[in-house]
Amino acid sequence: MTEARRAPETPTMEMTSNKEVLRRIEYTGDMLLNMGPQHPSTHGVINFLVQTDGEVMKRAIPEVGYLHRSLEKIGEKVTYNGYMPYTDRVDYITAMCANQGYAMAVERLLAVTVPKRAEYCRTIATELNRISSHLVSLGTMAMDVGAVTPFPYALREREFINDLLEELCGARLTYNYLRIGGVAYDLPEGYAEKLVTFLDHFEKILPEFNRLITYNEIFVQRLAGLAPISPEMAIDYCLVGPNLRASGVKFDVRKDIPYSIYPEVQFEVPVGRGEVGVTGDSWDRFWVRCEEMRQSCRILRQCVAQIPKGEVMAKMPRKIKMTEGLEAYSRIESSRGDMQYYVVAGAGENAYRVKVRTGSFTAMGIIDVLSRGLMIADLVALIASLDVVAPEIDR
Amino acid sequence: MQGFLDNLIRHFGHDPATWPWTQFVYLGGMALFAFAVINFAAITAGIFSWAERRVAARMQSRVGPNRVGPGGFLQWVADAVKLLTKEDLVPAEADKILFRAAPYFMMVGFACVFVALPFSHRLVIADMNIGIFFIIAVTALIVVGIIMSGWSSNSKWSLFGAIRSAAQIISYEIPGGIALMIPVMLAGTLSTQGIIRAQGGLPWQWFVFDNPAAFVAFVIYFISALAEGNRTPFDLPEAESELVSGYNTEYSGMRFSYFFLVEWGNMWVMSALATTMFLGGWQIPGVSAATLDAATGGTAVALELLSLAIFVGKTLFWVFVVMWLRWTLPRIRVDQMMNMCWKYLVPMSFAAVAFVAVWMLVVHAVPALGLVMRAIMFVLGVAFTVFFVYRTAQNIRDTGDKFDFTSNW
Repeated sequence: MTEARRAPETPTMEMTSNKEVLRRIEYTGDMLLNMGPQHPSTHGVINFLVQTDGEVMKRAIPEVGYLHRSLEKIGEKVTYNGYMPYTDRVDYITAMCANQGYAMAVERLLAVTVPKRAEYCRTIATELNRISSHLVSLGTMAMDVGAVTPFPYALREREFINDLLEELCGARLTYNYLRIGGVAYDLPEGYAEKLVTFLDHFEKILPEFNRLITYNEIFVQRLAGLAPISPEMAIDYCLVGPNLRASGVKFDVRKDIPYSIYPEVQFEVPVGRGEVGVTGDSWDRFWVRCEEMRQSCRILRQCVAQIPKGEVMAKMPRKIKMTEGLEAYSRIESSRGDMQYYVVAGAGENAYRVKVRTGSFTAMGIIDVLSRGLMIADLVALIASLDVVAPEIDR
Repeated sequence: MQGFLDNLIRHFGHDPATWPWTQFVYLGGMALFAFAVINFAAITAGIFSWAERRVAARMQSRVGPNRVGPGGFLQWVADAVKLLTKEDLVPAEADKILFRAAPYFMMVGFACVFVALPFSHRLVIADMNIGIFFIIAVTALIVVGIIMSGWSSNSKWSLFGAIRSAAQIISYEIPGGIALMIPVMLAGTLSTQGIIRAQGGLPWQWFVFDNPAAFVAFVIYFISALAEGNRTPFDLPEAESELVSGYNTEYSGMRFSYFFLVEWGNMWVMSALATTMFLGGWQIPGVSAATLDAATGGTAVALELLSLAIFVGKTLFWVFVVMWLRWTLPRIRVDQMMNMCWKYLVPMSFAAVAFVAVWMLVVHAVPALGLVMRAIMFVLGVAFTVFFVYRTAQNIRDTGDKFDFTSNW
């Protein structure tokens, strides 16, 4: 068992602007290192102002906003249906989940009931997308720790999922598959068999992946006990999804605030157990994602078995118009955690306000606190373990 | 080399001791050998760059470079041409003299090693009586080049790489050097050819199976060599996910290619040294070194080529192992790297030296004990290999992978 290398209590945050921090670093004699926005392991355009004394960091301050595309503002300018492709861009690694959150919010505004078959299609699509998102996350994390080989292994499996999703909706990254009131296309002919073939293959790959990297001694040594997040701290900092569950908090929107058809399927919510180090360390965050892929496979198998026949689209008006001031809120479990959409209806065909709440943004907040006293190599592993994705931070 | 040139002069009917042009012939010979050695080093490094990419591709279920030449074999030529024709960029804020000079330090430190490195029974540039000492000494020039490049680039990432590299290479030279002293003790000479002659052609005659401490020394040497060559899991100085590219971040074109030439060429050096010191070098199984010395004419040429093939074969195997490790293992952290060296490898290497010293006295008193130990070590080695193959086969069976070495060329 490795000891925690940082006491997991909550330190006080100083509220200072980045400019002020820079000025202060100048006087300490420490080195200021700009990690990013073009650094290979910041997972997109994020900048970290790193105050270091040699290899040991005193602080790493995340600077976000390099990838801001005004997606929330665009939501006020386009129609409800027209906004759907934009939600893909909220988080292009898990575009299906981002689609679903928005679709659910607008469906609540309209009080539309989505047909059962459409809900199953949605679940199949989002769970496949969750696996592919976790594969990217795990592969890049292994690569940030220095092992290059797991990344192509993960991406090879992701290609199969991309093929499956392409067959479903014609796109491989930004799917735009979900519609308000259902899904765009029904499952194609023979899709269930293909899915089961993939799952049979993939469930054999998971142990191989674990042998290759998860239980690799150097990998465990690098991540065990690294930047542990206690359950209280995780809740204090609004961590969601696998990051929260790795700290031992058993909260999953799919279980605790059930939506879609999740009450009808059996699955476990894996939580971090501190198997090799401390509960909530970086290795737990890696392991929880590995386990979630297994659970997603379980859900997919049940979906394939239970999917009913019927329509995939509810009766929808051609133009969606609503009473001004109606508001709706939806929470879904994206692969990066609790993703929330808040939509206020406007006077015409547009929303008055669209607000997206994403897991990556809150995860960025904890990096400053966790990074104190770590090494530069640890910062890279920490960022990867929190699975932050730049577009989801900035929207 | 001198003997060869003396023979050449005698062949033309002069006495090398009195002939006035002898020194010029020596000078010409030196230039010729230096040219040959640098070219050998550069071409091996180039071929390794292709081989590494192919091996990596195979391990990662990719195809790898396969467009230029058969199986992409000429990829390294294309890369070299590209790098040569690129602009040689020197950052405005850099220390220009040091920045330009740094790659040559690395190149010199690397090329000098080949002077004392044997290739076959007769093929060695200079069989110096301090061969190993010379190799360890000139390798240290590489770290000078790395520190110079890191400092002069005037980039924070380069500086990080250089400082890491200085700490790493200097630390690991200690266990590595001490581990190399064990074959020296067993052979009683520092000469590389002398150490190979003290071993035999068959595995149980190699120093690695001589006693447990020698095996430990081999492992320590191999780990240290990986660290000195900046290979994964010790590629901290150029950790691309942490330090962008480490000490060579600011380099471009030809100077950049020197760094990589040294890195890939170093794989040959570390593997050839392991072969020389621990794995019997060019010794042919069943043919003693005395027989090789005595052979003349066609037999001598055939035996010479066979010894060359054996040496190159063993070396290439270890080169493959180095590549294999690189594409399998994650990178360790700086403090773990230091811990491993100072807390484990250094004490272990000292203990191994002490054990070997005592063991040599014991074997001197009871020679049969040495044979028994060699037999035991060899059987353990074979058992380990069998176990490894069994586990690999089992893993492959579990995953349901198929062997396919022929497609995608």
